[in-house]
Amino acid sequence: MHQSPSNAMRHVYGWLLLTPAAILLIAFTHFPTLATIYESSFSKGNLIRPSRFIGITNYESMLEDPIFWKVLINNFWFAVGTIPASVALAIAMALLVNRALPGRPFLRLAYFTPTILPMIAVANIWLFFYSPDIGLIDQILGWFGFPGHNWLGDPATVLPAIIVMTIWKEAGFFMIFYLAALQNLPPELEEAAKLEGASRWYYFRRVIFPLLMPTTLFVLINAVLNSFKLVDHLFVLTKGGPNNASNLLLYYIYENAFSYFDTNYAATLTVVLLAILAVVALAQFFLFDRRIHYR
Amino acid sequence: MSQAEIKRRHWTFLEALETVAAWFVAILWIAPLLYAFWAAFHASEYAIHFELFAPLTLENFREALSQAPFLRYGFNTFVLVTMLLASQLVICTLAAYAFARYNFAGSNIAFSLVLVQLMIAPEILIVENYSTLAKLNLIDTITGIGLPYMASAFGIFLLRQAFKSTPKELEEAARLEGCGMFGILWRVYVPLARPIYLAYGLVSISHHWNNFLWPLVVTNSVETRPLTVGLGIFGAPESGVDWSIISAATLLSVAPLLIAFLLFQRQFIQSFMHSGIK
Repeated sequence: MHQSPSNAMRHVYGWLLLTPAAILLIAFTHFPTLATIYESSFSKGNLIRPSRFIGITNYESMLEDPIFWKVLINNFWFAVGTIPASVALAIAMALLVNRALPGRPFLRLAYFTPTILPMIAVANIWLFFYSPDIGLIDQILGWFGFPGHNWLGDPATVLPAIIVMTIWKEAGFFMIFYLAALQNLPPELEEAAKLEGASRWYYFRRVIFPLLMPTTLFVLINAVLNSFKLVDHLFVLTKGGPNNASNLLLYYIYENAFSYFDTNYAATLTVVLLAILAVVALAQFFLFDRRIHYR
Repeated sequence: MSQAEIKRRHWTFLEALETVAAWFVAILWIAPLLYAFWAAFHASEYAIHFELFAPLTLENFREALSQAPFLRYGFNTFVLVTMLLASQLVICTLAAYAFARYNFAGSNIAFSLVLVQLMIAPEILIVENYSTLAKLNLIDTITGIGLPYMASAFGIFLLRQAFKSTPKELEEAARLEGCGMFGILWRVYVPLARPIYLAYGLVSISHHWNNFLWPLVVTNSVETRPLTVGLGIFGAPESGVDWSIISAATLLSVAPLLIAFLLFQRQFIQSFMHSGIK
């Protein structure tokens, strides 16, 4: 006879089925999370002086590290620069292609295609656009008589340049979630708005936008996470430069671990990143739990 | 003309205006890709001085292939993505089956611990995961690139949902027919979840085809490097390669995934939407 899941043996079977996944998750998510916190309390070791316990000293030197503050502030501006713009564009794109209009399949394709490309490929393409004098942007500006500019070499323009590229890459991805949400709205809403003589802007602001709120929340959470996880483009475009003007937290962690070989300081920085992700997770939990009410 | 009539006309006018705007944005959005595509097929002097009817050439592709082993990188990526997806499907199916149908002790806590991976992806913990991989002697192997991603919280989550919505009567019927634990899974649950498997498969393939940071850290030889890492090294400014050749190399690297996407657009976009249910 075969065991039914309601049988007491279900505990054994359940855990056995879970075992392969559990081993891998513990090995590459839970254990390293704890190990990172542990390692952050040790000093950087070398051949003469082995690594030893130093408590919170790494955190103290982190707070005095100007580059740490620099990358944190950069990450903040990177998030502020990319998230609202790409979400607004995503809503606009979704609204635009949600109606029957000439060439709709092409339009959707055009908006979405950057999403399917690796960030490295995107960076390779945009590297040329931003190159001084011969790059596409300087060429176009040149037609209007503007002089060339080293977009990625100037600390004042490097972060905005990367922000523009990221918006281009991400807006289409967020668009599909809004499209899905819009397609679930009853078509009578628009009819009613037309009959009532509501203006288009009023209809969007008072009807569509509030109904899209759950989607917006989901997209925002993902956008925040991406702004901390996505650093691939820095490897091609700037290496965090010039003078750390475009450096981001995860890239700085990489530099410390694999260029300066200070894994303990890298662990300390990783704890900060983990704390940020935990805050986002909690925000998501509480916001989704409270639900967003439709007015 | 009534007030309502004016407003309705206003809507029609705005809709026409929106069509123009939609096309304008679309052209702006696709232009960078078209330009890269164009440049890849033209001699490098035209990348700097655009001429629509400049002579076509395949020289850039020949140069790219002779300067870096992109075919080998492509093969590595293919092996990585295939091996990873196969392991993910097996591991996630088993775990999802346990969560959906075996109400075992501690399953709720275990499930929350699985979901932690949605927030903390393995590449966030590069330092510790690298040292784990070194202890396992898996640095610079394709298995090493894939291993941390084989148990995917997202896959377990999606499949658990699918299995939970499968009617229990089907399971009872299969049991009466003499199916065991794995028989039921294989004959009832897996076939009914086929659309979810497709969706998850497409998300996994495109994610790992494009993944960069972790493979960069793990690999250091031509035999293991995936396309993204090869392309990253090739395109870095200090390598001093001509932009037209970089365009050709970029096109070569993204072509397989891009062609698959163009052929199966609907499936791709729907799978990406699925990733929104988490």
